[in-house]
Amino acid sequence: MAGRTLYDKVWDSHVVREEDGTALLYIDRHLVHEVTSPQAFEGLKLADRPVWRKQSILAVVDHNVPTTDRNNGISDPTARLQVETLDDNAAEQDLTYFGIGDVRQGIVHVIGPEQGATLPGMTVVCGDSHTSTHGAFGALAFGIGTSEVEHVLATQCLPQQKSKSMLVSVDGEVVAGVTAKDIVLHIIGVIGTAGGTGYTIEFGGSAIRALSMEGRMTVCNMSIEAGARAGMVAVDDTTIEYVQGRPFSPRGDIAERAVAAWRELRSDDDAVFDQEVRIDAASIQPQVSWGTSPEMVAPVDGVVPDPSAEADETRAAGMRKALEYMDLKPGTAIQDIPVDRVFIGSCTNSRIEDLRAAASVIKGRKVANSVTQAMVVPGSGLVRKQAEEEGLDAVFIAAGFEWRLPGCSMCLAMNPDKLLDGERCASTSNRNFEGRQGAGGRTHLVSPAMAAAAAIAGHFVDARQF
Amino acid sequence: MRAFETLDGLVAPMDLPNVDTDAIIPKQYLKSIKRTGFGPNAFDNWRYLDEGGPEIDDSSRRLNPDFVLNQPRYQGAEVLLARENFGCGSSREHAVWALDQFGFRVVIAPSFADIFFNNAFKSGLLPVILPEAVVNQLFEEVAASEGYRLTVDLDNECVSTPSGERFAFETDPTRREKLRKGLDEIGMTLQHAEAIRAYEAKRAVEAPWLFSA
Ligand code: SF4
Repeated sequence: MAGRTLYDKVWDSHVVREEDGTALLYIDRHLVHEVTSPQAFEGLKLADRPVWRKQSILAVVDHNVPTTDRNNGISDPTARLQVETLDDNAAEQDLTYFGIGDVRQGIVHVIGPEQGATLPGMTVVCGDSHTSTHGAFGALAFGIGTSEVEHVLATQCLPQQKSKSMLVSVDGEVVAGVTAKDIVLHIIGVIGTAGGTGYTIEFGGSAIRALSMEGRMTVCNMSIEAGARAGMVAVDDTTIEYVQGRPFSPRGDIAERAVAAWRELRSDDDAVFDQEVRIDAASIQPQVSWGTSPEMVAPVDGVVPDPSAEADETRAAGMRKALEYMDLKPGTAIQDIPVDRVFIGSCTNSRIEDLRAAASVIKGRKVANSVTQAMVVPGSGLVRKQAEEEGLDAVFIAAGFEWRLPGCSMCLAMNPDKLLDGERCASTSNRNFEGRQGAGGRTHLVSPAMAAAAAIAGHFVDARQF
Repeated sequence: MRAFETLDGLVAPMDLPNVDTDAIIPKQYLKSIKRTGFGPNAFDNWRYLDEGGPEIDDSSRRLNPDFVLNQPRYQGAEVLLARENFGCGSSREHAVWALDQFGFRVVIAPSFADIFFNNAFKSGLLPVILPEAVVNQLFEEVAASEGYRLTVDLDNECVSTPSGERFAFETDPTRREKLRKGLDEIGMTLQHAEAIRAYEAKRAVEAPWLFSA
């Protein structure tokens, strides 16, 4: 019998029962936030069903919260109602909850790992597509819709069909200054935003193994932009070191047993994937997205591509629409694109290493005059605290960056942080869809170092020059 | 959930790949704590000329005459014909609710984003995957004849055109059954409560760290 993939292993250990190709999959960890949960809690109440296992739930507010002064509460009444609804639901159901005033509050995909609530081999779900982030721990983690949130609340399970498996192997060593974000943007550029549809991707190869846990989270985070609901990385020493000693991590004898079990969480050598993609790490350059889909990326020394060179007419039409929205002309050098605003944050890139990378570019420099706003939004209260202990806040503030409170912020502009119509932003987030960061706003996806460099230069530039 | 029966519906084309959930329902409308009221804001950014918002009365906003779903010939459409990777982006089920509440019962595309595809079934919106060549042909036929309708037969898994051409599609048997009968999925899972408890008991021994916190 052929060996099993990492995905097979985690899947197999969570099947409660199976019928007609649909498995009832047990869920170990359920992360909850304010946007996709109200209708689920309401549905539960209407059907008079209890929460199946409260201990599996960690709830937090992140999408709607303001990232400036919170002493006056949330001014937008609809956002406030949504946050208060989660306050109420968490209290009523007696859930572990990091409310707006809690120092542990932050973006759901940052706090799960930070707290040790995400462990290797778990099944992790959340009503949010970037749940794929947690796959960095060798967990099977995927986003679900609100009906499924209700389903997990009520049953601790989800009826699921197994997806196909894909190995994306990034082999060799990346050039100095190329980050996890560049790796994943490059991967999406290669396989396309629908390339992973129907697959669970395992990211492997020496360049992935060389990444820190935070880098692996950045890569897995954007699995969904590659079309895959879940991305995974095998467990190794890096993983085990990271998870130990966190508030929710196991302790004592149980921890020892856990570590032994976690060491098995990698694909067997003879495991067969439905598809394999190999990428030469050395060929990856710092990336900048130029369009309105995350596959529309170019290396920083490249140019905006020409739709008329695209053979597929549907794709060419998509490119033309994107260029019109982005107000860009084919052939423009990426480095000639100016930026109006800079956003360093989001569940892709708001962890301490991201802030360190940005700060090291910025240190001793100033944000260009042409840049109207540059801001750093740490992923959690604890990331913020750590950064302040390291003096990073001072570096950012001295350069002219705003130092904000944790939340999703301008990643999706459900809160006061938004781009204005026509503004162009260097953003460390994950989606460059039309209007994602504010109606009419234009998003360019980059790494933290590249965003920092763009803030200093006023246009895109290779961060390695700093 | 509403049961899905055979549908004979007017078709509207959306000739763009990668239509994302931010486009289907922009985030300013996700602040609702309800499950209804999303229809007027489906494709909001493309559909209206005036800016909107949760507090703004949509009936007072000017419609964008260039947006395909605003054209008189597509009013009342129940079938949306779309391109590849439809519904990519966030997991927001609000996108499905918005399409459903706009009046669509079926979306036909060469491919869908996984989470959207899953979510669609939960509200009785049927996502139909047809080969790209067939979708191309349907786009041509819709453009060529006003009032173009398709019949979508879930039981027999086929789409028929006015000229009687039939295209087969596939659905998973479990999902088809749920959709046809409008079954309560949670209730179905809870029928296996014993099995879930037995699994938990076994896992608590095998992997106690998953149950300790
Ligand atoms: S930071 Fe952005 S992508 Fe991440 S959970 Fe928040 S809104 Fe979603």
